[in-house]
Amino acid sequence: MTGEVTLEIDGGFVKAKEGMTILEAAKLAGIEIPTLCHHEGMEPYGACRICVVEIERHGRVRTVASCCYPVEDGLRVRTRTPKINRIRKNILELAAITGGADVGGIVNGLAYAYNADLSRFSSTTSVKPTNCILCGLCVRRCEESQRDNAIDFVGRGTTRCVAFIPGKEGACGTCSSCYGLCPTGRVSSVGPDPPFPSVSDILAGRKKV
Amino acid sequence: MSLLKSPKDLEELRENILDRRDPKKPTVFICISSGCSALGAGKLLEAFKAEIKNQALEGKVDIKETGCLGFCELGPRLIIKPQEIPYFKVKPEDVAEIVTRTILKGEVIEKLLYKDLKTGEVARRLEDIPFYKYQNRLLLENSAHIDSKSIEDYIALGGYKALAKALFQMKPEEIVEEIKRANLRGRGGGGFPTGRKWETTRNAPGEPKYVIANCDEGDPGAFMNRSLMEGNPHVILEGLIIGAYAIGASQGFVYVREEYPLAVEYMTIAIRQAEEHGLLGENIMGSGFKLKVRVHKGAGAFVSGESSALMTAIEGKVGEPRPKYVHTAVRGVWDKPSCLNNVETWANVPYIILNGPDWFLKIGMPDNPGTKIFSLVGKVNNTGLVEVPMGITLRDIIYKIGGGIKNDKKFKAVQTGGPSGGVIPEQHLDAPIYFESLTGLGSMMGSGGMIVMDEDNCMVDVARFFVNFLLEESCGKCLPCREGLRVLHKVLSDICDGKGQRESIPIIEEITETMKEASLCALGTTAVNPVLSTLKYFRDEYEAHIEEHRCPAKVCKALTAYHIDPGRCQACMICLRNCPVNAIKGERDIVHVIDQEKCSRCGICYASCPFNSVERISPPTPPLAQYGLGVTRRKGGEKD
Repeated sequence: MTGEVTLEIDGGFVKAKEGMTILEAAKLAGIEIPTLCHHEGMEPYGACRICVVEIERHGRVRTVASCCYPVEDGLRVRTRTPKINRIRKNILELAAITGGADVGGIVNGLAYAYNADLSRFSSTTSVKPTNCILCGLCVRRCEESQRDNAIDFVGRGTTRCVAFIPGKEGACGTCSSCYGLCPTGRVSSVGPDPPFPSVSDILAGRKKV
Repeated sequence: MSLLKSPKDLEELRENILDRRDPKKPTVFICISSGCSALGAGKLLEAFKAEIKNQALEGKVDIKETGCLGFCELGPRLIIKPQEIPYFKVKPEDVAEIVTRTILKGEVIEKLLYKDLKTGEVARRLEDIPFYKYQNRLLLENSAHIDSKSIEDYIALGGYKALAKALFQMKPEEIVEEIKRANLRGRGGGGFPTGRKWETTRNAPGEPKYVIANCDEGDPGAFMNRSLMEGNPHVILEGLIIGAYAIGASQGFVYVREEYPLAVEYMTIAIRQAEEHGLLGENIMGSGFKLKVRVHKGAGAFVSGESSALMTAIEGKVGEPRPKYVHTAVRGVWDKPSCLNNVETWANVPYIILNGPDWFLKIGMPDNPGTKIFSLVGKVNNTGLVEVPMGITLRDIIYKIGGGIKNDKKFKAVQTGGPSGGVIPEQHLDAPIYFESLTGLGSMMGSGGMIVMDEDNCMVDVARFFVNFLLEESCGKCLPCREGLRVLHKVLSDICDGKGQRESIPIIEEITETMKEASLCALGTTAVNPVLSTLKYFRDEYEAHIEEHRCPAKVCKALTAYHIDPGRCQACMICLRNCPVNAIKGERDIVHVIDQEKCSRCGICYASCPFNSVERISPPTPPLAQYGLGVTRRKGGEKD
C-alpha cells in the first residue's frame, strides 16, 4: 500500500496513495463530494449512494460510489455532471420518503444545494416518516464501539428499520457513541427517548397495517 | 466401499457395475422429481412396487427412480426399457396394464403415449415428440437414466472419468486453459467467461481458496438449477472438484436454497457417496489432491443469489451485498479468493474436460458455445424445461418446441431473464438467443426463465408484477433500490388503477436512471428492466392507461367493466350463480344484467359464460343495461 497513483478528478491531476478511495483522493484535492452514510472512522458501507461519481476507465464510462471505489492510475473522475447532479437530487427526494419532507440535518442542507423537492415522493407514498434514512451509521457505530451492540437492522426491503436487538433495550443510553453521526439529526441527546423501537413494537405496528 | 485409489480402480468399478447389470432386463424408469412428484409420482411408484410383488416379478423387473426430463406438465412420466417406451400422465390405475402388457409382452399402450394436439399422432419414441425433437439435451439427458441417489448409476455412465483425466493427465493450468479455450460462459446469467474467472481466483493471493456452486435459484417460475441438482447431483459435484483442482481450492460450498428440499437431500447424499468412494476428502483417487465440500442452505432471499450477498450468507451473516469494487473471485468468503459459478456452469465442466474444447465449440455459436437450459412457461402449449443450443431463435423455442400459443391467441411478448429481465416483442422473435443479443434487446439471459405472454396480458400490469416481486425481495440496504422500487411500484399501481398522470412516465424515467446508475448491486441496477422494456416496446399501452383510461388488454380492474350482451345471453343463470358479490340479476328467459355498482370486476362471469355473451369493456363505460328483455334464442346449442 505504498504505491502512488495519479488520477484525474474534475480535470485536475491528483496524486493519491494506492488503496485510497476516490472520495479520499478528492478530499485531498479539496473537492467536496457529498456523503450521508460515510464516516471517516468506519468501513465504507455504500448504502446511500449520494457520493456517486462518473469514472472513465479504458474508454468505458461508469457511475460508481466514490466512498468504495479504489483509486487507480489514469482513472478519470467527474464529480459533478448534469447526470450526477440529477441522480443526487433524486436520491435526496427518495431519502425523504422515510426521512420525511421536514427531515433535518445534512439531508436538508443538501436538498437545498441540489434543488431537491423533499415533499415530491414523500407526499405521494403513504409512509409514516421516521426521520431515519437507514444510512446505518448508528448501527455500525454501535457494533464497532465494543460496548453492548444494542441495535441492528430489522426487516428487509421497505420494511427495514433500526431497532433494539431483543433483550438489549436496557443496554442503550450509557455510551452515546452514536450521537452526532446521524445525517438527519434524529439520533442525538435531544432525540426521541428511547432512540429506537423494540422489535415487539415493530411487529405490533406491522400487524396494524 | 473401499476407496478408489487410482483411475484404474474407477474403471474397474465401472466395469464391475456394468457386469452386474443386464441391459435387457425390463426396467421402469420413473421420474420422481419435484414436478412429477407434485402430480402423484409417489403413489405411482408405490403402485408399481405393489404390482410387481403381486405378479411375483420381484427380481425380474427393476424400478429406477430418476430425475426430470423437462416436460413436467405431462407428468407423471416414465420410460420402459429396454424398449425405450415413453409414457405420460400415468396414473396408478394404469400400472397393472403396463406391467401385464408392456413389461411382460412388450406391447405399447397407445393411450399413455404422447399425442400431438394438432395432428393427433402418437409418439412411440421420445425423439418423435416436437417438444424434444428440437432440443439438445447435453446436460439434462442423463437425469432420465440415473437414480440421483446412486453414485453407481453415475459411474456406470462414465461419471468421474473426467475427474480422473483432470487429476492424472492434466496440470491445473491446462484445465484453466481448456475451459478458457472452450469459451464456457457463466450460466447464471452474467455470461462472464468461466475460464477467466478461474484464472483470477487461481492467481489471487490468499489461502485457502474456495469454490462455490450457486443454486440459489429464486426467479418465479424457474427450475433449471433445481431440476439439474435433483436429477444429476454428481455431475455438478464432479465439475466442482475439477474446478477446485484447477484453481487450487481446498474447500467447496454448494449453496442451495432451503425451499429445494430434494436438491439439498440429493446433494448431501452425493457428497457423502463421493467421500465414501475417495472422490472427495483427503487424497482424491490417490492423486494427493484434497477437497472438502459441504452444502450451505440458503434462508430464502432472492438477493442471496448475488455473488457477494451469497458469500456474506455463507459467512453466517445476513445475506446483503457488499459495497466493494473488488471481485469476489479475488476477495470473497472471509475475504479469501472464492470462485462462484452457477450449477449449470459447473455441470458443463466434466463434459468439456472429457470431450475437449473443440467438441464444445461445435455446439451453439462460436462466441457462445454450448447449450442453455430455459424454463419455458406461460401461455404456450408445451411448458417445461428445454435445453437448446445457443443461437436458437425465440421463435423456434416458442413455436417449434413450445407448440405455439395456447388457444390460438395472438403472441404479444416473451419475458426472459427472470424478474429483472425484460420483455421482447414479436418483431424480435427471430433474434438468435445468446447473452449479448438479449441484453441488446433490453432484456437479459438471466438464469433462463422464459415467460410467454399473449394478447390478454397487460404490459403495465406485467411490469407492476415484477416490480412488486423485486420490491419484496430487495434487501433494503441501498437507498436507490429500496426507495426507487417503492416509488416505481406506486406509480405503476396508480397507472393500473386509472390514476396515472401525465408526469407518471417522466417520473418512471427519472427513477429508473437513478436506480440503474446508482444502486449497490445487480438487483437494483437490473430491477428497471421490466419497466424500461415494457415502456420501450409498449409505450402505447402506458399512454392508453394514462390518457384514455383504457387498458388495451382489458386486465386492469379499475379500467375494465363487464357487460352482458343482451343479444347473446341465453339466460342460463350460470354467471348469476357464480358471481361472488351477487351483482347479476336475472331469471329464466330474461336477459341477465350486471349491476355495475356492485360488480367487483373479478371476471368470473366472463370466464364461466358458455355462450361468450359477457364482454369486457375498457374504458369502463358499458352501455346502459335494461332489465326485463327477453332472450333471443340461438340455433340448437350454438356455442361459438
